[in-house]
Amino acid sequence: MEVIGIFLTASLGTLLVGMFSSWVDRKVTARVQYRVGPPLFQPLYDVAKLLCKETLISERARGRGFLMAPVVGFAAAAVAAAILWYANLVPSRGFVGDLIVVIYVLTIPAIAGIYGALASGSPHAAVGASREMKLLLAYELPLVMSALVPVIQISRDPDFGATFSLGALVLFQQQAGWTLASASGALAAVVALVCLQAKLTLVPFDVPEAETELMGGSVLEYSGPSLAMIRLTRTLLLAIAPVYFATLFLGGLADAASGWAWLAFAGKYVAVIVLVTLIRNTNPRLRIDQTMRLFWFGLAPVAALALVLAALGY
Amino acid sequence: MSWRTWGLKRSPWVYHVNVGACNNCDIEVLELLTPRYDVERFGIVLVGSPRHADALLVTGICTRQAEARLRAVYEQTPKPCVVFCIGVCACTGGIFRHAYHFSRPVDQVIREMDPKAIIAYVPGCPPKPEAMILGAVKALATL
Repeated sequence: MEVIGIFLTASLGTLLVGMFSSWVDRKVTARVQYRVGPPLFQPLYDVAKLLCKETLISERARGRGFLMAPVVGFAAAAVAAAILWYANLVPSRGFVGDLIVVIYVLTIPAIAGIYGALASGSPHAAVGASREMKLLLAYELPLVMSALVPVIQISRDPDFGATFSLGALVLFQQQAGWTLASASGALAAVVALVCLQAKLTLVPFDVPEAETELMGGSVLEYSGPSLAMIRLTRTLLLAIAPVYFATLFLGGLADAASGWAWLAFAGKYVAVIVLVTLIRNTNPRLRIDQTMRLFWFGLAPVAALALVLAALGY
Repeated sequence: MSWRTWGLKRSPWVYHVNVGACNNCDIEVLELLTPRYDVERFGIVLVGSPRHADALLVTGICTRQAEARLRAVYEQTPKPCVVFCIGVCACTGGIFRHAYHFSRPVDQVIREMDPKAIIAYVPGCPPKPEAMILGAVKALATL
């Protein structure tokens, strides 16, 4: 029962936090463009509206897979949220493979998106799905390599030893300082931030959706409640990405009982959200080949350098 | 019906359908998104697919070529949705009402498929952005 309670609280809480983040994202975007921007509860209105609308399924779609895919993606994102919050709130517990589970579970929303787009039977969505596949192949390697840097740092400490536990990483950073403060950690943080931008499929990595060329791409055929599920998954991911980044590189939530720690965590969270939004607003969309080149030949070597530096103790 | 339209009134996403306009209304529609008018204040967002849309902004006289496309787009829009006839051409056919390529006014095409369709008219050549915002406010108030 405890587990179910933690899961529900974490996913619903993350949803609310995510809605606030997506409002911050839209508001900052509007301010960058000298506009006023939407009201605070706009993400809630959007979802409420979509839930009350009709669901259309095209004749060529495989209805069951088409409608199941968004639900699977949502569930996976909720699981990842629960694991990340648990590691921050109770760092002494959790199990040795937390980080691996989070990274794997976080790929499921993208795979569900690909499945749903291919099941929808639309050529635009098929192009979007193929681009999403390439994007996944591109960013997954540097993302995993950047996540290994804190793991190597912790494994050099005799008190902790080799572990993939997120809770241990939070405790380790309380003693040894933020991962970001070391040379290898700073390089890995930059790589991880760019990879998270791609994971959220935000500009400059929004080729799977590309409103101006694919008219919504992989989400083109979704309407009503199924589109609402996709938006909720995005909302969850937008909340998870800064928590993941803060846990690995910015020390996480150092002490769940202290108000100052919560305030500092909120500061880290908002800083990452605003950074992601500013990257989104100041960059043009990259073509899929440029994206793959950037990740494989640009960021992967940087991540490899960070791994070497971490192994040498910098 | 009120709880069903609660969200719709606060976040109408629009899809822009050109069924034979001279581009003047289209330019004025895009002006709604600029900092001067910024309709995202009211939750109005331009979307790329009719399946995501709650409102169709139809511009131009409905030509014989475009009529079938307009029907298809209306069928692909999830209900409830609002159809906006932007500009005098979409409302009545305007100065092109006797032209050989003119089919019928937009509202007749939509009504024939769906007699209970919600249709709003924003006349003008082209209508000012303020007029379009007023039209949107009035149409959403009747929901």
